[in-house]
Order: sequence, then structure tokens, then C-alpha cells
Amino acid sequence: MCVTCGCSDKDQIAITNPKTGDQKFISHNEAHALGHSHTHGEEHADTPVRHEHLHAHHEHHSQAVSDSGSAAVMARSHNRTIELEKEILGKNQLIAERNREWLTAKGILALNLVSSPGSGKTTLLEQTVLALKDEFEISVTEGDQETIHDAERIRATGGKALQINTGTGCHLEAEMLERGIKSLDPASNSLLFIENVGNLVCPALFDLGERAKVAILSVTEGEDKPLKYPHMFRACELMILNKIDLLPFVRFDVEKCVDYARQVNPEISVIRLSATTGEGCVDWYRWLEEVGSSSPAAKTQRRN
Amino acid sequence: MHELGITRSVIAICAENSGGAAVKRVTLEIGKLSAILPDAVRFCFDICAKGTVVEGADLEILEIPGRGRCRLCGRTIILSQLVGRCECGSNDLEIIAGEELKVKEMEV
Repeated sequence: MCVTCGCSDKDQIAITNPKTGDQKFISHNEAHALGHSHTHGEEHADTPVRHEHLHAHHEHHSQAVSDSGSAAVMARSHNRTIELEKEILGKNQLIAERNREWLTAKGILALNLVSSPGSGKTTLLEQTVLALKDEFEISVTEGDQETIHDAERIRATGGKALQINTGTGCHLEAEMLERGIKSLDPASNSLLFIENVGNLVCPALFDLGERAKVAILSVTEGEDKPLKYPHMFRACELMILNKIDLLPFVRFDVEKCVDYARQVNPEISVIRLSATTGEGCVDWYRWLEEVGSSSPAAKTQRRN
Repeated sequence: MHELGITRSVIAICAENSGGAAVKRVTLEIGKLSAILPDAVRFCFDICAKGTVVEGADLEILEIPGRGRCRLCGRTIILSQLVGRCECGSNDLEIIAGEELKVKEMEV
């Protein structure tokens, strides 16, 4: 037993660098020799490790050593608290930043398209490829739990497409996009659409490295979706109201929907269009061009 | 159930930093505006921890209340959800707390 403080000699003090994950173990005696002041329960200013006791210091010393329970108490009392302060999504964020750097350096405008299933994301992308393929190279990564249907639809229009099947996963993560762009190898100064899994919840939390998230909401859904899924609409720069050709047949208050979206995100832009008839799509193409030319170092250039 | 993936990340972070030692307690900070349900994380925790150094550890979750600062008048208000309105009538709020999603510390 350590005569300085009564701690068991077997106990070690770990010095953990949360940045590198490097850990150094030093024995109790070494610690004292190093001038380790051993202020129990107090935080060491220079290390993220706290040498913690379950009881107050003086109480600890006044305890009878012959107390049969004391050894167990002491052993138990040598729990170390390692302060981590680590972002749970830190690893995803790191990969997302790497993706963003790579995409920005190549001048690629990458957009993360999010919506409920059936809002018309793929139809909008088909239209977009058909309308812009002579001007820009367009690549699409399609995220779905199963099937390669969507990638086939995009390929049929002349776009480069890659299907990412998440299996039971409900969203794309940065690592999936990293693999996706490695395989797709989109050209410099091109457009990359990342079609996320149809889901208005989880994709809001996962940065993929895109320039912006775009929410697509169709008028066959409820106009209060932005209030029901505020995280998603808050994370998006643009909300596309799709299927406006169906407005005469459905009960959907466009003004209310836009108002709800702005309650959640006062800065959100809104474009109304129909991917099927093409009405309003020109606003979408204009938005793409504006965002493409305003991206830092990402000047998405016309082909000619 | 994105909490499953979140909980797996928590276990991975703890395992990477424990130096092989058994983890006895994990403390998380989860903001009330973070879209993560603490109960769902608790539900997943024991399952995800099985067979790792975190198995059997206690899970402590500190829930951080949401706070927003009005971009118009500068007031700070408490937010129970992402959408809110300041006394001055503006809904242009900057979220200053409540979106935390952190492994704060662990005991080994």
C-alpha cells in the first residue's frame, strides 16, 4: 500500500491523449516520484485523466486498515475517469470534411437530396439530367435500402449513376459517399447529386460532405411536414415543392407550407415545380447555376 | 432507429480510448434538440456493449436543455423544440445549446 496516500501499489495512472488516443500508464510510485500531487477527486490540470475516489480523502485516511472491506473499497475506489469530450458523430464528420475538400478542389457541386419516399426525387433527377447533360457532366449516387432501379433510371437518361444500397440502414453516411465518389470518379467542374434514402429523420444528422442539402416535398404529402420534421428542414438550404401539377386535385396549402418551412428555417429558399410536366424546373436549374458559381472554388462550368 | 448507429459509435469511442480496460461508466451529453432519444440509446446500449470492454457499464445521460438567441433583439430563450418565437415576435433564432451529442467521459 502506498504510504503517501494509502492507495494500492498495483494501481496505475493512465494518461490518455484524447486527440491521438495514445495512452501512457505510470505506476503509483512513479507518479509520486514525478511530483504527482495526488489531490484526490480533483482534476489534473495537465491531463484529461481524473484519479477518482469514491469517498473523501480524509475519511479515506481515517479508515481502519484492518477493516476487512477496506481493500475492496480501495480497489473499487481506483476507478479512473477519462474525459473524452468526443463528438459521437465525429468520425462521420471527419470523413464528410474530407469528401468536401476533395469535391471542392475538383470544382464539383455536390447536393444531398432528402425527402420522404415517393416525393419524386428520382423523377426530378431524370428531368435534370435530360435538361442539363449537354452543359454539365452529371453524376448521381442513389441511396436506397434495396434494388438498383433508381440507378438504372438515371443511366437511361445519360447520367453517370451508382447505386448505394444501405440494406437495413435508413440513411447514407459520409463513408458510403466516400466509396461512392471513388467508384463514380466524377469529372472536374461537374454536378453530383446524392440521392439519400427516402427518410425525413436520420439523413438530417449525417453530413456527407455536400455543398448543401435540398429537401423535396410533394404536394401529395401534408403541408405541415416542415413542422413535423424540423431537423430536416432546418438543415436544408432549399425546399422544392414538387408535383404542383396535382394542386387542383389535392388539399395542400402552398403558402402555409412555405410559412411552416420558414418558421423552422427563416433562410430556406423555396422552388415550386413539377418534375413530370417540367413546370417551374427552370427555377431549379437557375438555382443550381447560382449555387455552383457561388461555391468556394467550385465553379461548375458549362461544357462549352 | 438511428439511435442504434449512434450507440454503436459511442461504444466504439469508448473502446478506442479505454486502453483495453473494462469500462464501468459512460457519461453522454445529449441535447434536447438533437433528434436523439435518450431512452432509445439506453435501450440499445446493453445490446451494443455485449462482448466489448463496455459490457456491463452504467450509462449516464446528461440531457442538455435547448437555448436559442434571437438574431433580432439578442434575447436568450429556452427552447423545448427547434421551432420557437422570441418575445419580440421574431422566429429567427440561433440555437446556442441543446444540439450536443457527445461522449463526455467514462470511468474505467
